[in-house]
Amino acid sequence: MKKIIALALALIMVFALCACGESAVPAASSAPQGETAAPAEGANPVVKIGVFEPQTGDNGAGGKQEILGMQYANYVQPTVEIGGQTYDVQLEIVDNRTTAENGPSAAAELVNRDVSVVLGSYGSGVSMAGGQVFSEAGVPAIGVTCTNPQVTSDCDVYYRICFLDPFQGTVLANYAYKVLGVEKAYTLAMLGSDYDQGLIYYFSEAFKALGGEVVSEDFPEATANFVSYINNAKSAGAGVIFAPVSTNYAQLIIEAASAQGFEGELLGSDTWDNNMVVESAKGKDVSIKITTFYQEGGNPEFDAGIKAWMNENADAMTNNGGNDMVSAVTAMGYDAYFVALEALKAAGSTDPAAVLAALPGVSYEGVSGLIEFDEIGDAKRDQAYIKTANTEEGVWEFVTVQGVD
Amino acid sequence: MQALIPYIINGISAGGQYALIAIGYTLVYGILRLINFAHGDVFMVAGLVMVYATTSMPLYLSIPLVLIVTVVLGFSIERVAYKPLRSAPRMSLMISAIGVSYLIQNLAFYLTGGLAQPVTKPIPWISDMITIFGASTKRVTVVTPVLTLLLVVVLVYLIKKTKIGMGMRAAAKDFETAQLMGVKINSVISFTFVVGSFLAAVGAILYFTNYPSVGITSGSLPGLRAFVAAVFGGIGSIPGAVVGAFIIGLCEELIKGLGYSTFSDAFTFALLIIVLCVKPTGIFGEKVTDKV
Repeated sequence: MKKIIALALALIMVFALCACGESAVPAASSAPQGETAAPAEGANPVVKIGVFEPQTGDNGAGGKQEILGMQYANYVQPTVEIGGQTYDVQLEIVDNRTTAENGPSAAAELVNRDVSVVLGSYGSGVSMAGGQVFSEAGVPAIGVTCTNPQVTSDCDVYYRICFLDPFQGTVLANYAYKVLGVEKAYTLAMLGSDYDQGLIYYFSEAFKALGGEVVSEDFPEATANFVSYINNAKSAGAGVIFAPVSTNYAQLIIEAASAQGFEGELLGSDTWDNNMVVESAKGKDVSIKITTFYQEGGNPEFDAGIKAWMNENADAMTNNGGNDMVSAVTAMGYDAYFVALEALKAAGSTDPAAVLAALPGVSYEGVSGLIEFDEIGDAKRDQAYIKTANTEEGVWEFVTVQGVD
Repeated sequence: MQALIPYIINGISAGGQYALIAIGYTLVYGILRLINFAHGDVFMVAGLVMVYATTSMPLYLSIPLVLIVTVVLGFSIERVAYKPLRSAPRMSLMISAIGVSYLIQNLAFYLTGGLAQPVTKPIPWISDMITIFGASTKRVTVVTPVLTLLLVVVLVYLIKKTKIGMGMRAAAKDFETAQLMGVKINSVISFTFVVGSFLAAVGAILYFTNYPSVGITSGSLPGLRAFVAAVFGGIGSIPGAVVGAFIIGLCEELIKGLGYSTFSDAFTFALLIIVLCVKPTGIFGEKVTDKV
């Protein structure tokens, strides 16, 4: 009897595992389907674009949203003309699991699948780790929303389509000091996070250079109680709290700021640009300003298209957090896909080396603006979108385009 | 002093929340000698259920639902993952607990898509803002310690005065002998898990009203702190867990208030090490008697 129960239990577990495994990676399984369908429609050759994104770990949610943009782009434009021949584009999605330790093996997996170019990743640390592998294999990579300078400066095959942290930090410092008229800022970052600490550093440098004063504090990973930090900011007399943290901390900081009646402004970075963050600000007495890559409404045609696509596709909706708000990283993923297609067209070949050679010359007008690369491989961006949270309706609203001057 | 008041209020509240989780650890350890690593995740699931239930149904249904789902989860974890291993070495039991913990986290990841879920419809009344001694806070911060102490009193009564409580005490004293004496050990253990999960659910409701964002790892740090609190107070002892939890909660917040926020965790754990060096069984721990 016991053995039968044990056996049944084991079977159930195996079944559960299969069920989870299958639906947890809809992205990966959809690609081979496209491949099998292709020969029926005239047997186009296939060009593979690697997607190097986290689907699990701390950045799993952001990575999934970025993949959504690529999948939608692939849905809109499933073929590409390379050297007079129409190719079917196939996305090869590999989960790099957020952390730098897993980056190289995920990158090697993509190289083994013979991809012509790689897109990703969300998160700079894992991009840097994967960059070495891509560099050795000579496969070009296009960073989508990794904002750390070292991603491209330390790697000859890495290009990127978004702005950088020094720029973003400076933009926020300028905005806080000049537009908001604040002279004392309080910064909050997670201990040990390269992204948080990097942005805080650039923000503080710029803010001090403008003549402001900065009070900095750090919190340990997995903190949920931010009340005391907000109290510290209040007693320091800070006019803004700058916290370039990941989404779950952002939600808690918003809550704590509202509960403690913080009267200044909350400043966030591109990570805050997320449905769940604005959702948590709904109905709260807080004022939030963030920098980001794209604002919904910037390209109504794209917004309408991707919303319709997400509404038809339940998996896509779940990966977007259960609603159809367009996140900036999704728009960036969409642009990255088209930049890759432009590079393939310009190269006239699916050979990674040819694509790499063609990338510097690519110029593409994406939904997030014009994308061109400088000599390091970074996109030439001199403006960031500033958004604010509409706390009555729970949506992001465009404020201004802020540059550095 | 006035400046420290918000930190003290906050610390007491945090302590109350840790206490509710810590009791779950301490009860299970007392009887099974098992550190139930999945307990923090049960707490997280309670939070998730609360997020979904409060948005889709009225309060008089959603709160009982959170409590029931959590209790059923705790009960079934014991039945599925721990009961078959009752005669196995203790290490297997512990590995099973770790497995359950990761299983729950990953199922939650699958369910939520990995995004932290905000509590959009917080429970009214306890999430209202109030002002005490000039510090503004949510009512839940005041409710938490009171409710915690109330539940502890009920629990102590349950253990000291009822039949099942006697069974629990007997099982904690000597597992095998209790069995020989006719204590229905399986129902006693199940009951322990039910009580532990119930308290975790109450804790989750209070905790996520205060910090309204439920991520898949939201249970890990409160779980860890509560576990530390249980060890600190002397694992197996209920008053110990409660006192330990309040000490940990207060320490943590006061250190942040003094401006050493970076070291708040480091200090807490250093304190734990010192206490364990001086008194290895914790503050209220029983003396270890070697059984012959």
